[in-house]
Amino acid sequence: MADTPPSLYAAREPIFPRRVTGFFRSFKWWIMGLTLGIYYLLPWVRWDRGPNLPNQAVLSDLEHRRFFFFWIEIWPHEFYFVAGLLIMAGLGLFLFTSALGRVWCGYTCPQTVWTDLFLLVERWVEGDRNAQLRLHKSKWNFKKWRLRLTKWVVWLAISVATGGAWVFYFTDAPTLAVNLVTLNAPAVAYMSIAVLTATTFIFGGFMREQVCIYMCPWPRIQAAMMDEGTLTVGYRKWRGEPRGKHKKGAKAAAAAQAATVYDFANLPEADQGSGDCIDCMACVNVCPMGIDIRDGQQMECITCALCIDACDDIMDKIGKPRGLIDYLALEDVPPPPESPERATWKPRPIWQHILKPRTILYTALWSIIGAGLVFALFIRSDIELTVSPVRNPTYVMQSDGSIRNIYDVRLRNKSGDDRLFHLSLTSEETLRIGLEGTETLSVEVPANQTLLQRVYVTARRKDAAASTDRTDLRIWVEDLSTQTRTSAATIFNGKEK
Amino acid sequence: MSDPTDKKPVDEVTGTETTGHVWDGIEELNNPLPRWWLWALYLTIIWGIGYVIAYPAWPMISKATPGLLGFSTRGEVARDIDSFREASAARDAQLASADLSTLADDVELNRYAVSSGAAVFRNNCSQCHGSGAAGAKGYPNLLDDDWLWGGDHASIAYTVRHGIRNDSDEDARYSEMPAFGELLEDGEIPALVEYVRQLADEEYDASLASAGEPLFADNCSACHGDAGTGDREQGAPNLTDAIWLYGGDRESLTQTITYSRFGVMPPWGTRLTEAQVQAVAAYVYQLGGGEADTPSN
Ligand code: SF4
Ligand code: SF4
Repeated sequence: MADTPPSLYAAREPIFPRRVTGFFRSFKWWIMGLTLGIYYLLPWVRWDRGPNLPNQAVLSDLEHRRFFFFWIEIWPHEFYFVAGLLIMAGLGLFLFTSALGRVWCGYTCPQTVWTDLFLLVERWVEGDRNAQLRLHKSKWNFKKWRLRLTKWVVWLAISVATGGAWVFYFTDAPTLAVNLVTLNAPAVAYMSIAVLTATTFIFGGFMREQVCIYMCPWPRIQAAMMDEGTLTVGYRKWRGEPRGKHKKGAKAAAAAQAATVYDFANLPEADQGSGDCIDCMACVNVCPMGIDIRDGQQMECITCALCIDACDDIMDKIGKPRGLIDYLALEDVPPPPESPERATWKPRPIWQHILKPRTILYTALWSIIGAGLVFALFIRSDIELTVSPVRNPTYVMQSDGSIRNIYDVRLRNKSGDDRLFHLSLTSEETLRIGLEGTETLSVEVPANQTLLQRVYVTARRKDAAASTDRTDLRIWVEDLSTQTRTSAATIFNGKEK
Repeated sequence: MSDPTDKKPVDEVTGTETTGHVWDGIEELNNPLPRWWLWALYLTIIWGIGYVIAYPAWPMISKATPGLLGFSTRGEVARDIDSFREASAARDAQLASADLSTLADDVELNRYAVSSGAAVFRNNCSQCHGSGAAGAKGYPNLLDDDWLWGGDHASIAYTVRHGIRNDSDEDARYSEMPAFGELLEDGEIPALVEYVRQLADEEYDASLASAGEPLFADNCSACHGDAGTGDREQGAPNLTDAIWLYGGDRESLTQTITYSRFGVMPPWGTRLTEAQVQAVAAYVYQLGGGEADTPSN
């Protein structure tokens, strides 16, 4: 008779993280306030750009295909800025992961931040861990319904606000807000809000750690980028074990020691033979992922550092030094008794963990791309042209035997006023320039628009360029009101021999 | 089948049973799947069934099962086309009755005419004139400044509407060059060829050309003009410019004079809407050769 095989499927174990206070918890509250504040409020920040442009500070204007970020305006052909920012974001994540492990997960990932917020609501409505446990086990009576419904309603309100804030980034926020309420907003706005409301509600309220463990690819990628020198949240096994109930008598002696130097190599009599971990389960009870960090590094751990706060609190109470659970590098705490820390109780300084060839390389790459983008931002001008030679056909013979090339020239006026653009050309050979539709060499380009202008370049029959395969030339455009100039190089094709 | 005594090995660190699979010393743990994952699978199956009922799905002999919602991609396209038609109806009406010579003043309408004209051109005209409108031997290049029948808006629109030398439109532009092979003596055609090359400022044989000059005056000048500069009333090409519709080399010229040419263009007024004719004329006009419009009256 064989054992029954283990089930193929496992139900989610509900987790009721206990409230905790401490340095990391406070830090995380601040980060939550900051990130959520930015997310919810940024679309409402106004920024004056003059009469013809939107006055929303951050706006991804899909309709006109522009991206506005305070004083920066990105046109579709400048998409490399977005690509550059994404590369920087990627490198930034590599950098932080190789130095500090899963800090992204622990502090700033939206999944973590919103789950934290939902947990806050949960504690506020249902009480802390023990009350929640009791409620979980209790029958569906009036009180349970009341508490559950209250909680869900608050969660839902947060979710709607979350989905709602998202759409404000894509069009003028105050206008959209009015339209949303009066049911005049486009269907896609309502749909986006509905989808994001649903994902926020489900992921933050019910899926929580399941998202991190089973859905998110990022932990697996991070695992590949961490090494033994990476700072991560860990348990000092050499110090904690063997764990056991706290002995009353030890406290005074320990406290006396702690006041000076806690010398683990020469522990007071009372402490010998037992580790610092008193098996109070505080670290397990606060863990939002429902794991026991004392089992060692686990894929579930998002390094939220709450178990550090919980354990430090206990260590303070029993008069032992903090840092039984701590930010540490795995290479510094091999299983006892070899732990190098043990002899001296001197954790390596943080900068030694952070300053490594890899992190320096990532920082260098990150800064180079950043500097490149800033540079590109500064050399942009208000006017721009792109020249695409018409290659079907490569040239046109005119009745007087002269050879004409046609160019589609896109003139961009990024300023807020209509501007008169003057075109000219420079070349080592004799070439003439002309514009379709006008006898002059100037065209008016409306504010904040791109104008497509057909441009003709002609070589007379006897000019060298007329019978030369390729002649270099440069088409110039000058904004007559500001005297700004810019140019683009192109080629003139003569008649083949 | 698995032998109950064949117990799966257990991973020491986690105490989890392993599948027995090992790669590079890494063992695969036999962790259970989260149950909600299974629900998600069932959900997609239910969704799939619903989809099959609602949308075209099972291929049958001639077409697929239609689905309850009656959706088809073809219907979708038809709807899109209808909605575009509807959206442009007002501008099409405006364009159909517009005076093309003043079209440029209405920036919006002009832009609409040129871009819709480009589409009309690609669908209907590019087969002969080329997608870049550069033409080919016998099919005029529309990018240059040489026009057989006139290059202002009205002339272009007329040519598009009625075509050239076709039987189906009474108002088609018409002219016919005689085949001089039957009318001239032996040796006269080479002389004419040299004279025409002289007119066009191409390299030529002086003695033959001088013999050709009186022949030109007798036979050709009625249509091509005394100086050979052509006549747009009859679509007679200007022979003094650099552009040849059928080629300016001796062989092509001999062929043209001996057998004549008879290029035909169908009338588009019967196939295109008036707005489309106007649009394509506006498009061709701005390709590079458009000539100043003579004010009507
Ligand atoms: S595992 Fe994924 S979802 Fe979870 S905190 Fe990390 S990045 Fe966010
Ligand atoms: S083990 Fe500690 S750091 Fe890791 S997720 Fe749990 S509480 Fe956070």
